[in-house]
Amino acid sequence: MTNAEAKVDQGGTRGDGRLSTAGIVGAAILVFWVLVALVGPYLAPYGQADIVSNDNFASASSSFLLGGDYIGRDILSRVINGAGTTLGMGVAATVLAQALGVSVGFFAAIRGGLVDTVLSRLNDALLSFPHIMMGLVVIAALGSSVPVLVVTSGVVYASAVFRIARALAMDLKVMDFVEVARARGEGTWWILRHEILPNVVLPLLTDFAIRLSFVILFMSGLSFLGLGVQPPLADWGSMVRENMEGLRSGSLAPIIPAAAIASVTVSLNLLVDELSLRTGRAYAEARE
Amino acid sequence: MLKLILHRVLLSLLTLLIVSILVFVGTELLPGDLAQAVLGQYATPEGVQALRSQLGLDRPAPVRYFEWLGGMMRLDFGISLANQAPVSGLIAERLGRTLLLAGLSAALAVPLALGIGLLAASRPGSTFDRVSSIAALCVAALPEFFLGTLLVIIFAVKLRWLPAISYVMEFRSVGQLVSSLVMPVVTLAAVIVSQMARMTRATVVNVLSMPFIEMAVLKGVPWRRVVLVHALRNAVGPIANVVALNLAYLISGVIIVETIFAYPGLARLIVDAVTTRDFPLIQACAFIFCGGYIALMLLADIAAIMGNPRLRHAQ
Repeated sequence: MTNAEAKVDQGGTRGDGRLSTAGIVGAAILVFWVLVALVGPYLAPYGQADIVSNDNFASASSSFLLGGDYIGRDILSRVINGAGTTLGMGVAATVLAQALGVSVGFFAAIRGGLVDTVLSRLNDALLSFPHIMMGLVVIAALGSSVPVLVVTSGVVYASAVFRIARALAMDLKVMDFVEVARARGEGTWWILRHEILPNVVLPLLTDFAIRLSFVILFMSGLSFLGLGVQPPLADWGSMVRENMEGLRSGSLAPIIPAAAIASVTVSLNLLVDELSLRTGRAYAEARE
Repeated sequence: MLKLILHRVLLSLLTLLIVSILVFVGTELLPGDLAQAVLGQYATPEGVQALRSQLGLDRPAPVRYFEWLGGMMRLDFGISLANQAPVSGLIAERLGRTLLLAGLSAALAVPLALGIGLLAASRPGSTFDRVSSIAALCVAALPEFFLGTLLVIIFAVKLRWLPAISYVMEFRSVGQLVSSLVMPVVTLAAVIVSQMARMTRATVVNVLSMPFIEMAVLKGVPWRRVVLVHALRNAVGPIANVVALNLAYLISGVIIVETIFAYPGLARLIVDAVTTRDFPLIQACAFIFCGGYIALMLLADIAAIMGNPRLRHAQ
């Protein structure tokens, strides 16, 4: 985001470093889900695979607060257990994407020349793969399992991180303080560690949040197509798929896990909007 | 300018070539053997051998790659492993319906998004700007299956205005066709409208902060004219880019939306191909989808070149 826009956009933020209402709401929802993912499984009324009702799509009652699913499992318990699966896999894949993207992106920027040209060209080719298509090709080849999903999503989203990391490093590389460090005779690692890293933490953190929301949408999309997390493991995306039949009879079973995903991705975007105003860059722009 | 455009075209072809290698290598890199993978672990050695020679797997990979690439150029995508029919026939039948869905969504989304983006940018900080910005931010982050199921619950289950599932193949009247397409089109359009509106706003706000706009205002040009003529003209390139990016997103969004509404397009075919490991079909679909994406990016580049005189004369 340019300075000009930041100026126009003052409605959204205050200069004193406090979060706006939207930012607070986003952060609160995220904290809530992280707590659910961590301690929820101990508090859930039933196990994620327990069939506890004889009815399909039992309606909400005092024993099943959010109703039952297509084979009579408790939806509340599955949403609680699914939080860990969905968020855990999302975070793991995003960490992988950033590790890959940042290391290769920095490498390209620092080496420059032919190395940079080849890596950037290859990356452009990877970016011209619709993500879901890439996921489908890999799953067709390797089958679907939790490690395959995490690694695939990590690699797929690494190319967007590569672009940003490379651009950041290119900007910084020519800065005076880097030149000075080099003239002092500091090594590449020292410069990366002490001069570059402190300047990229906030932009990369912002990128992490937006990337996490894309990764969660991507993985739950695959699960929704039946190609992601496999039953009986509870995962929000596959819960939507399993319960789609219930829509005909007006059951809310598919929309509850869908709403859970939506609440996470929307919160992440609210937070990113806030962060990117601060970093002065529009990372929120491209939903690749 | 022609030279520049030609350069972009060649670059796109190069990217397409790299993509084709990636698709081919991706499906080659199977652990073990393609024939083995297709037939599963209970296959007899004879069966595997027969499929290997049917697929031509006994010949070196580079030879097969060039044959495959040659076939793609002639729109000959090989024979589907799952149902022994030519892939091109299977795809052609559904591609039209998928394009109809995507095309209608684009026709609805692009003008709507540009309108919202321009209006928000021309009055920054206004109520309309704030409401549309926060709404766009939220809607853009929603998974399609949330919007889709929400629409079904409201309009098909509660209000009974629309059918929950689209049967485009069996429509008897225009009314029926329209009513079965409404929800898929709206779902697909919603996400890209919000995304495009956000990006259009950012682009136009950026242009409006430039000195020549201030000059135009000081000269006494009416604000409406400043936005629609002076600013818009300079934002055409970036906006074309935004539109192309989002239409490209449509390509993958359509797979999910078709699945929600059981729409008889390419999605079902692709998902089934992945479950049955029908590689010729997967390769063809991946190639078509990537080709479409690259073509859209190329169009955006060309629009940017045409819209910006500075780029026109660059070398």
